[in-house]
Amino acid sequence: MMQGWIQIGLTLIIILAITPIFGGYIARVYLGQRTFLDRVLNPVDRLIFSLSSVQPQAQMTGWQYARAILFSNLAMAILLFLMLMLQGFLPLNPTGLGAPSWDTALHTTISFMTNTNQQHYSGETTYSYFSQMLGLGFMFFTSAGTGIAVAIAFIRGLTGRPLGNFYVDLTQAITRILLPISIVGSIVLVAAGTPETLAGAIVVPTLENPNISQSIAIGPIAHFEIIKELGENGGGFFAINSAHPFENPNGLTNLIQILAMISMPTSLIYTYGVIADNRKQAWLVFGMVFIIYVAFIIVTAVGEYQGNPLVNSILGSSQPNLEGKEVRFGWAQSALYAVTTTGTMCGAVNAMLDSFMPAGGFILLSNLFLQIIWGGQGTGTAYLFSYLILAVFVTGLMVGRTPEFLGRKIEKNEVVLTSFLLLLVHPICVLFPGAITLAFPEQLGGISNPGFHGLAQVVYEYASAAANNGSGFEGLADSQPVPTALWWNLSTCFSLLGGRYVPIVALLLLAEGMSQKQPVPFTTGTLRTDTVLFTSVTAGVILIMGALTFFPVLALGPIAEGFQLLRGA
Amino acid sequence: MNPVREIVRAIRSTLVLWLLVAVIYPFAMLAISQIAFPYQANGSLIKNAQGQVIGSALIGQPFTSDRYFNSRPSSTSYSTADPKKDETGVLKTGVSGASNLAPSNRALLDRINGKTDPDPKQAIAGDLPRLKQAGIQPTADLLYTSGSSLDPHITPEAATAQIQRIAQARKLSPDRLQTLIAQNTDDRSFGIFGEPGVNVLKLNLALDALS
Repeated sequence: MMQGWIQIGLTLIIILAITPIFGGYIARVYLGQRTFLDRVLNPVDRLIFSLSSVQPQAQMTGWQYARAILFSNLAMAILLFLMLMLQGFLPLNPTGLGAPSWDTALHTTISFMTNTNQQHYSGETTYSYFSQMLGLGFMFFTSAGTGIAVAIAFIRGLTGRPLGNFYVDLTQAITRILLPISIVGSIVLVAAGTPETLAGAIVVPTLENPNISQSIAIGPIAHFEIIKELGENGGGFFAINSAHPFENPNGLTNLIQILAMISMPTSLIYTYGVIADNRKQAWLVFGMVFIIYVAFIIVTAVGEYQGNPLVNSILGSSQPNLEGKEVRFGWAQSALYAVTTTGTMCGAVNAMLDSFMPAGGFILLSNLFLQIIWGGQGTGTAYLFSYLILAVFVTGLMVGRTPEFLGRKIEKNEVVLTSFLLLLVHPICVLFPGAITLAFPEQLGGISNPGFHGLAQVVYEYASAAANNGSGFEGLADSQPVPTALWWNLSTCFSLLGGRYVPIVALLLLAEGMSQKQPVPFTTGTLRTDTVLFTSVTAGVILIMGALTFFPVLALGPIAEGFQLLRGA
Repeated sequence: MNPVREIVRAIRSTLVLWLLVAVIYPFAMLAISQIAFPYQANGSLIKNAQGQVIGSALIGQPFTSDRYFNSRPSSTSYSTADPKKDETGVLKTGVSGASNLAPSNRALLDRINGKTDPDPKQAIAGDLPRLKQAGIQPTADLLYTSGSSLDPHITPEAATAQIQRIAQARKLSPDRLQTLIAQNTDDRSFGIFGEPGVNVLKLNLALDALS
């Protein structure tokens, strides 16, 4: 057991070490300071700008920035949808796959465009190498880049700078951050055992019974895998995602994947500290999230380590819950991966979340509800600082002072936007469609695990869509050709789009409003936001305002299931 | 700003970035991987003396007989099918999948314990009776299905629990088998990350090479 905790502890230490280095680098990129890649990449950037007729000096307003995001994302979505529907006529299709159903293609397109990568299909049997490499792989970069751009624009706005130019921020996110790391990372992954080939499935007779054949699905996986994690995308090449031995063959690849998915959201907090020139506040906010993150890991890992009491009574001893888990990862790496992937909105899995113990299910759902235990690529960081604004407002009310944040007054506009953003959009996108589905469990639900867990399956699917996470309690019958697939494909699109673009527009408008305010001078009466006390209040605001909305669901789902298991039924 | 110009810029930018990250990047990585690491890039395939591919070192195979170390139960039977009766097309593409059974689901216990039913189609053999009959003390990994359904490993404890049975069936000394298990165990990465696992396919190939 100790060995498992040592692995988790070492991973956390590596995360702490990476954050200031990587976060500092991102800040240098977006402050326009020199970086070591400039010599190679400046000409590349210039070429991209001239080919796409972008004037890099032109500043955008919040609304222009938002329109640029919407137009470019729409163009990308149309390109991807066409590729998916026409894959039967396109090359790189060794297994001869035809077009998916229109609703599957639509759901896949929207899901990948929104950086969610919720998958209502199996990679092996649905999409060709062309669709995966040239289609889904494209969205891996652009959706992640869009998230980073939003975070940077938001930080610029908060610190009183103009927001910047979306196309410049997107291009630099790709050429300076995502692509260089992906190139190095995919070579390391191949060396560690991940395949990278265009050959089709390999069929061999099995050793025990040569009359039975095994079909080994393969493909161009390594380059796909690294950006899948780094961009918080999470859409697996295969049905079973990073549990598949080709996607994630050993402890080293697993470590790389965990670091890749968590390094961006942790580092962006530090990037904020550099740009705002207040590293103390960045570390305080980082520490607050880190403490919750570690607590979540411990709860999940203990649950998995203790195992399923019903099965333990059969085994005659307490053994870890290995249902849906790989031997090479065991309880520790499976729990660490699960908490990280749901917290960072990556959504890749190396163990099946549906089969986690109720303690784990509780934590994973809480991650999706809170959205800031690191949070999505870029957007999570922006949410985090929106919570700070909300906390400033609440504490301002308590002490009777005009609330200020970073020397700017928080007024009606800011409070309306943040509370709308944090307290209304997410519950609407999760609970409304969830309630409709639960009202018609036979016709719409497709629940596979009966009882309390079934409720969690339905709510998880919408929470995952709205939080742009993409993981799932995958027993749910949401893939064609089952009858409930059409409803799932279309209804989750509402949550996917609502959970992505409404907050992005609100964040940009909020940032713009802040950047245009006159700074107020710092006096002894100013409420300091870079203190332990204020950070603790923020944590309270997050838990009370963010989590209580969803507490009834948690009580009826994983908590009730936990009591049921304890009773031994 | 002129909306037509905005749309044109969005389309041009989409195509340029597509060329960079979806065409140049993957094909460059394919070329580098195939040149520098051909064994890993092609799936760590195991070949026999005649040079025919007989499996992958990373992908498990089903083993349930007495003569072999048994592998974990799998919800897709390790992506296998009878080539003559493959109606669902498993062999065309290969598959992966998991049970996705919740810990509270009755079906999980039925799968482990087995279930009798007047309708033979509804009856479940159960992994626990099978292991008990083979004289194997069950460990968690031998009762629970894996995440990928392709798990190449069992735990060292699960392998040790099977030594007695293999020793009898193959008339080999238990010490010899213990050595084989140690030789075919994949350790943690750097001795730290992950869990040690006995590679069942490699172990059983080594077993066949002995006798």
